[in-house]
Amino acid sequence: MEDGTKQAEGILIEGMRKRYGEGDTAVDALKEVNMRVMPGEVVGLIGPSGSGKSTLLKCLGAVIEPTAGRMTLGREVIYDNGWQIRDLRALRRDKIGFVFQAPYLIPFLDVTDNVALLPMLAGHPNAESRKRAVELLEALDVAHRAAAMPSQLSGGEQQRVAIARALVNRPPVILADEPTAPLDSQRALAVIRILNRMARQYQTAIIVVTHDEKIIPTFRRIYHIRDGRTHEEAGEGREFE
Amino acid sequence: MISLAARDVLHAWGKFVFTGMGLGLLIGVTLTMAGVYRGMVDDAKVLLNNSGADLWVVQQKTLGPYAEPSSVHDDLYRSILAMPGVADAASVTYLTMQVRQGERDVRAMVVGIVPDGPGVPGYLVAGRQITRSHYEAVADIATGFKLGQLIRIRRHDYTVVGLTRRMVSSGGDPMVFIPLRDAQEAQFLKDNDAIISERNRTAANPAFNRPGVLEAVIDSQSSNPFVNAVLVQIKPGFTAEEVAEPIRRWKRLQVYTRAQMEEILVAKLIATSSKQIGMFLVILAIVSAAIVAFIIYTLTMGKIREIAVLKLIGTRNRTIAAMIMQQAVGLGLIGFVVGKISATIWAPMFPKYVLLEPGDALRGFIAIVFICILASLLAIRAALKVDPAEAIGG
Repeated sequence: MEDGTKQAEGILIEGMRKRYGEGDTAVDALKEVNMRVMPGEVVGLIGPSGSGKSTLLKCLGAVIEPTAGRMTLGREVIYDNGWQIRDLRALRRDKIGFVFQAPYLIPFLDVTDNVALLPMLAGHPNAESRKRAVELLEALDVAHRAAAMPSQLSGGEQQRVAIARALVNRPPVILADEPTAPLDSQRALAVIRILNRMARQYQTAIIVVTHDEKIIPTFRRIYHIRDGRTHEEAGEGREFE
Repeated sequence: MISLAARDVLHAWGKFVFTGMGLGLLIGVTLTMAGVYRGMVDDAKVLLNNSGADLWVVQQKTLGPYAEPSSVHDDLYRSILAMPGVADAASVTYLTMQVRQGERDVRAMVVGIVPDGPGVPGYLVAGRQITRSHYEAVADIATGFKLGQLIRIRRHDYTVVGLTRRMVSSGGDPMVFIPLRDAQEAQFLKDNDAIISERNRTAANPAFNRPGVLEAVIDSQSSNPFVNAVLVQIKPGFTAEEVAEPIRRWKRLQVYTRAQMEEILVAKLIATSSKQIGMFLVILAIVSAAIVAFIIYTLTMGKIREIAVLKLIGTRNRTIAAMIMQQAVGLGLIGFVVGKISATIWAPMFPKYVLLEPGDALRGFIAIVFICILASLLAIRAALKVDPAEAIGG
């Protein structure tokens, strides 16, 4: 792993819209989304239920197709009123990391292989993939559980392994969906601290979707999403000063 | 790339192995059914092989002596012996009945043979062949009879002087060989009351009740000059058809070669049974497929969230499909091994011969793999329809 490798430009979203359905029954889930997250930066994405957070996350994760707009990842235009990349599966695997509310580790793989699976899927040799996984596990202080099965880990350990999995292919962007929801304050803050450290170390842009009042003050920048529109504001940036 | 299927199986091996064992018992039943059919065919072939005959001479327009009743005169063999190409010929009778030994009955085919002629058991596992004209028997070991035991056939007791093996009728009943004369008597023997009644009726008939005639008629009524078939061995240098054709033509009898008799036994005598077993095999194959499909579908549905995550992080559809298909085939392999072992263990316990042929096992293995692949398609279809967005929620 080349620590500190510069990922150019981070992620840039301009005028993204998403409409479900057609005609009278059409619903505009996203009306005007504009975001920019720089490499090494962790931003919060906050909004009430039904505001379009999940839809935005799915669009950013190339799981559903936006209706219009433009998305740039690094220097690569991913979406410009249509996908600019044919293999979205490879895009998700190589360019986007995911951290979920629950860790969703693969229960039949040990910790190392849970992390190493992504580079393996990308065609890297097993030994090299495992080496990268172990390096990340060490960086996240869970290397001592490398041979354990997910069911043997605590909630915090599972979430750290999930973060390692999201980072292992060194994607320019990580999408974290309520990553601290099941954790207590201390562990939630620890996870955010880890995300910030990893973002700086690997120059990854991280977008954290959250409701969690405990961690909202930790963001330096926050995007509020309401009624399908994003509004940027400065955060308190506590805890990491 | 690691094998996701193998890891999943190892993670939940108990569930997988026990499911495979359940499936294996079903596969064992399927293999046994195939073995029952093979056993029936083999019994039929053994019956022909062990008779030592090349030709079967039977009553005209019958499929005798095994598939239909046949009755020919017991002196017929003499004229057949004189036919060109005939090395040896002997009369034979077949009668399926209950043979009593002590307090128990054994279902057996009683075969009347001429000592040293065609039709005697080809080999013995104990004792000797029949040497006397009356009241000696050679029994198949499956009857459970022992050397020196007395067995009762109709009104007479016979001493078991020899034991043979794999001498069974086409129905799987073990054979008991007795001298031809005894067998003829047993086949048509009337009870004493019937004989007295028959004599009185004959004596009351003025046409027979004349000096010298009455005794001859009564004598003919109480003896049986018929046998079921004449077994013929042919001389080297002659083909079966070369010898059979003149007998058909000049003796006006039905003659079957070994190939024809095999056709009668396999294609006609056990045809219904084979269809019955074939039907069972089809049903068992469908049930096995349904069980594998259900199990694999259930296992896959239990991993929907993991599959959604795998798809979201970029796992190819073919990797997920391969995982499910490999698990289905793995389940089939466990089932096959358990089934083969089970069938091998319980086959000898069946009352009739069960022949487990390696070829059937191989065909069964291929069928199981095919069925498992087919059965996994439903689960694969469900897995491929999983939306990766399910992992994100919302």
